[in-house]
Amino acid sequence: MIVMFAVFLLSLLVITALAIVQTRNLFVAVMLTSIFSLLMAANFFILDAADVALTEAAVGAGVTTVIFLAALALTGERERPRRAGIIGPLVVVVSTTLVLLYATFDKPRLGDPLAPVHTHVAPWYLEKTPELIEIPNVVTAILGSFRAYDTLGEVFVVFAACIGVLFVLGAGSKAPAAIDGSERDSLGLRHHLIPQVVGRLLIPFIVLFGLYVQFHGEYGPGGGFQAGAIIATGVILYALIEGEKAALRAIPRGALLGLVAGGAMLYGLVGLAGILMGGNFLDYSVLMEDPVKGQQYGIILIEAGVGMAVCGSLLTIFHAFAAREGS
Amino acid sequence: MELLGYYNYWVFAIVLMVGFYAVIAKANLIKKLIGLSIFQSAVFLMYITMDKVEGGTAPIIQAGVTDQIYSNPLPQVLILTAIVVGVSTTALGLAIVVRIHETYGTIEEDEIMDMD
Amino acid sequence: MSDYWALALDVLSVVLLTSGGAFVLIGGIGALRLPNLYTRMHAASLTDSMATLLIFAGIMLQAGLSLATIKLCAIMLFLLLTGPTASYALANAALLSGLEPETIGEEDDAE
Repeated sequence: MIVMFAVFLLSLLVITALAIVQTRNLFVAVMLTSIFSLLMAANFFILDAADVALTEAAVGAGVTTVIFLAALALTGERERPRRAGIIGPLVVVVSTTLVLLYATFDKPRLGDPLAPVHTHVAPWYLEKTPELIEIPNVVTAILGSFRAYDTLGEVFVVFAACIGVLFVLGAGSKAPAAIDGSERDSLGLRHHLIPQVVGRLLIPFIVLFGLYVQFHGEYGPGGGFQAGAIIATGVILYALIEGEKAALRAIPRGALLGLVAGGAMLYGLVGLAGILMGGNFLDYSVLMEDPVKGQQYGIILIEAGVGMAVCGSLLTIFHAFAAREGS
Repeated sequence: MELLGYYNYWVFAIVLMVGFYAVIAKANLIKKLIGLSIFQSAVFLMYITMDKVEGGTAPIIQAGVTDQIYSNPLPQVLILTAIVVGVSTTALGLAIVVRIHETYGTIEEDEIMDMD
Repeated sequence: MSDYWALALDVLSVVLLTSGGAFVLIGGIGALRLPNLYTRMHAASLTDSMATLLIFAGIMLQAGLSLATIKLCAIMLFLLLTGPTASYALANAALLSGLEPETIGEEDDAE
């Protein structure tokens, strides 16, 4: 039964991908990309990856769509056909597809418990997590403790993307030659009553849910990345309803940059604290007397750092796009 | 029924190549970025396909249940990182596209090559 | 006695789920076959409201009285709030961008 469902969802993925490439209207393509991300999240959930499904839904179907739409508002909406021919790329793509399809027969079948990927480090992680860290969510344990160095690199990548967007797009709007400054403020959806009412109802719950996901990352699917994306989505909703200036008054740019830098720094400081207390870099066992408690507190702290960095970075990127005056 | 074990990989191959086609054959820069994001999502699908164990469940250890098979948590960790890195690069790419549009007035690649 | 009760709950939840599925199907067919945007939106909003209520009620009966039911109730409330808002936003955007709803007959012709 679940097999039919999975096959159906996978086929929908292929159809959506073909539709995205084929359509000429970029707005339609962006909306279809959002649907594609949602289908991908559903597929991940069927394949038992709950954390990844949550992240893909929050980040892919939520934030990426908003950023694409913001970029579309600043550029054009239609795509013009390409002048050179398409035979060359088509031949390359079809032949590579056939080679890949031939290569897939060498891979292990779906769900095979004897596949090589299940035999090396993974059983060790599943066995040692209740012993060394004692939190139920093994993915958070690996992300936060066993492979914390990779996550540190990832936080720095998010930080670098935020700084990069700020360099490219600028931190504020160029001074518009406006007669009356107040009219140039974007009013958002102020004239629309229904989204305002519903938005005002929902935003506190969205932020609350984001905080829930942040702190329950150790007991269920969740963690810093998902929480940062969800809280950023809540604030973006506020910015869309009330106007971007109101959102900047609520959380000013300085606070956002402080969140980004503070989150990355918190992560690095926790790592350094491990060194200062006598262990290795990012070794949490020495943070407290009981190594298990040390691991748990270390994971809470770095997840907080990750959540802050991701939230601040996504919001900064959104404001950088929104403040840009269209040409 | 045996072939259904490979269906995920076939979908991965097709979606990968569809995204790749969008990157190389379309002239519009935003379409290329969308194709790149589809390409990335297909790679994630392949990794997460490898993590499923038959009869397993999500790798959240339930207290008190001793002989539960869990799916492999390791590819999930890798893909979690990859998703966030993917959205970061997409955002940076879109910022560059906006600046290109402001400088050249168009985001079609062949027109930009003509102007340069 | 409690066996019959469980059986009755099962039957009721199957009925609810099936009718919810039927409403989704009707909404989908309507969204494809009706002539213009506003009529299609009528059909699509069926899925938002009626099908959500029925399907979630069916699932809640299956879950019994537990934490999962409260979470499902919260999700259902969220969907009921945001679905019609999305339909409103879509219709408003269509109206603002110039798409006029078609009317039958002329109101100012004396017939």
